[in-house]
Amino acid sequence: MTAYLDHAATTPMRPEALAALVDELASPGNASSLHTSGRRARRTVEEARERLAAALGSSPSEVVLTAGGTEADNLAVKGLYWARQTARRRPVVVTTAVEHHAVLDPVEWLVEHEGAEAVYLPVDAVGRVDVDALRSVLAARADDVALVSVMWANNEVGTVQPVAEVAGVAREHGVPVHTDAVQAVGWLPVDFAASGVDCLTVSGHKVGGPVGAGALVARRGLDLTPVLHGGGQERGARSGTIDAPAVRALSVAAARAVAGREAEAVRVADLRDDLVAAVLDAVPDAVLRGDPDPAGRLPGNAHFTFPGCEGDSLLYLLDARGVECSVGSACQAGVPKPSHVLLAMGVPLHDARGALRFSLGWSSTADDVAALADAIGPVVQRARRAGLSSARARA
Amino acid sequence: MTAVRVLAAMSGGVDSAVAAARAVEAGHEVVGVHLALAREPATQRTGARGCCTVEDADDARRAADVLGIPFYVWDLSERFEADVVDDFVAEYAAGRTPNPCVRCNERIKFSALLDKALALGFDAVCTGHYARIEADGAAGGAPALHRAVDPGKDQSYVLAVLPPERLAHALFPLGDTVKDDVRAEAARRGLLVADKPDSHDICFVADGDTKAWLGARLGVRPGPVVDADGAVVGEHEGAFAYTVGQRHGLRLGRPAPDGKPRYVLSVEPVSNTVTVGPRAALDVDEVVAGGATWCGPAPVVGQRLGAQVRAHGDEVPCVVTSLDGAVVVRLGRPLSGVAPGQTLALYDGTRVVGSATIRTAYSSLTSTGTIPTER
Repeated sequence: MTAYLDHAATTPMRPEALAALVDELASPGNASSLHTSGRRARRTVEEARERLAAALGSSPSEVVLTAGGTEADNLAVKGLYWARQTARRRPVVVTTAVEHHAVLDPVEWLVEHEGAEAVYLPVDAVGRVDVDALRSVLAARADDVALVSVMWANNEVGTVQPVAEVAGVAREHGVPVHTDAVQAVGWLPVDFAASGVDCLTVSGHKVGGPVGAGALVARRGLDLTPVLHGGGQERGARSGTIDAPAVRALSVAAARAVAGREAEAVRVADLRDDLVAAVLDAVPDAVLRGDPDPAGRLPGNAHFTFPGCEGDSLLYLLDARGVECSVGSACQAGVPKPSHVLLAMGVPLHDARGALRFSLGWSSTADDVAALADAIGPVVQRARRAGLSSARARA
Repeated sequence: MTAVRVLAAMSGGVDSAVAAARAVEAGHEVVGVHLALAREPATQRTGARGCCTVEDADDARRAADVLGIPFYVWDLSERFEADVVDDFVAEYAAGRTPNPCVRCNERIKFSALLDKALALGFDAVCTGHYARIEADGAAGGAPALHRAVDPGKDQSYVLAVLPPERLAHALFPLGDTVKDDVRAEAARRGLLVADKPDSHDICFVADGDTKAWLGARLGVRPGPVVDADGAVVGEHEGAFAYTVGQRHGLRLGRPAPDGKPRYVLSVEPVSNTVTVGPRAALDVDEVVAGGATWCGPAPVVGQRLGAQVRAHGDEVPCVVTSLDGAVVVRLGRPLSGVAPGQTLALYDGTRVVGSATIRTAYSSLTSTGTIPTER
């Protein structure tokens, strides 16, 4: 039996979403077509849009459907940046050092290709952004800032960011704010209208929907230059035939996740607390990273560094015992690199190599936690023997 | 070998894929690992170099899928950089000619990787090297390294740095097969890499231009090119870019008095001098090498063996004349272009006796030869 502890990477499809997807896949029709089949597909899409908007606290017209979270992040960062250059040159993009690469890489791309200037807000030891640093940047040069992008909750260490505070500060200076809420939806109370942000990213497969479906929720009137040009779908903001089965399944999953959120968040946080206790019991010198206060952390997230171990050794040994987790950082060619998130939090490089993220979700049970509790002690012992063999031995 | 837990190093090439397949078929419990050795891997292969691109990792992954074995990518780039690449640069800077494949086997595949594999509970590391390991009856059944049956592919030379305790945990399933049969077997097994070109040259020199690659790291250091009498006959942009026996790229203005081509006879890094001379002056019949590793029982003075000084070079008969500190062999016929830093591998029939790093080589008949460069 496999203990799946990698829900932050992708979570299994919820049965309702799977049923909706399969049902819709059997129905023909392009939502842009004008005949009966087209209208039927369009109706499916618009109902999905309304369902998703209701789940996220936005109006349906604010939902721009995309092929996933990465595309939505790209549309937000590049689209806002370009749109903000028309009246006046605004080269500065303010973001944090702990964003997902779907935000960091578009920002870097703008720096390399468009002459943008990136300002990375620092984070504290638990990974929480320094809002005073944002205040300073905006006080000094708000007119130069194209946008601010701060994630709702971190995908690696689970730290919840003060998004409302960020939005409030930016609003004082008239600077638009984007937030990547991919990890937050379904676990934290994400209400677009109440949040004060100008646009927000959501991903289908993180809420129990399909991979390849997502949305950028963008405030009415927010000017976004499109990244994809073509048939003019999504009011010109995002061309491409809308994947009606996927967006229907996405909306069903998101609605289900949000409706059950409060009870699920408590249930999963309890499991997570058991997991943390079990790991620290078996490996007393393991270090819990991120916010130790549950109020500041995603309910399903547990992140540790294991001194003297390499993440890839730990991952292999757990995988061989049927426990699936993540080293928590982005991969390059399948190779985990020391996490930019941990390094930004001030974790030493050697400790950052021995990181594992365990993430729980809607289908997690106490058995999953028990499987990890059984495996982690011997696994860490063995990984320690293998040591930091890839580090410079003769340094 | 009875069924054990095997870590198969998979480069993404046909050899390591078939080697892993054979390990699976032999009943071993096999896990595939691709070693990420480049700091900044390129996305696609260009030409026939190396195994360090994302495309190579993907090829290895697909081969593992076909074999139905777990697969991981392990990052050994820091170790590779320190133990192979930096060593390569330092050796050239010191006027020597290193073999990075030998260093990689010695320090990465059968050191860093094997140590990690053993610690994680594996019994052996399997690679697609063409070499054989057989039980040595004379040495109480200890593992002995032998040449592969395919003389064109034999890679025992680059493995001659493995002592018995390392060989005991090595698996080379291709040693008894010729390359064409390996490709045919890959196709039969449905491995898409069956037709993938062999890799050549140095994997970390992306475009194959070693001289330019070294120049970018060591800078331009102009110095004299002199003949055996010390007369300056040209200028070079860095002695490190020259290897004993090299003929091309000398760019000498004046022709030699005898009108014949001139070759690099020695590279002296301290004075940054390259010495050139006629082809005949390259011939050596005595080789002195240090830092020996024996793959089995050590040789004895007076023993008649075979000597090989480069990966695909000829084996020449030799006799061991001294084992006092350094290994000294007298060659049965002269070899040319023997550079300090190269590996001297010694053979007893097909068995690899061991290897040592060449310090100097000279002709016992004349005074010419390479200038000793002590490590």
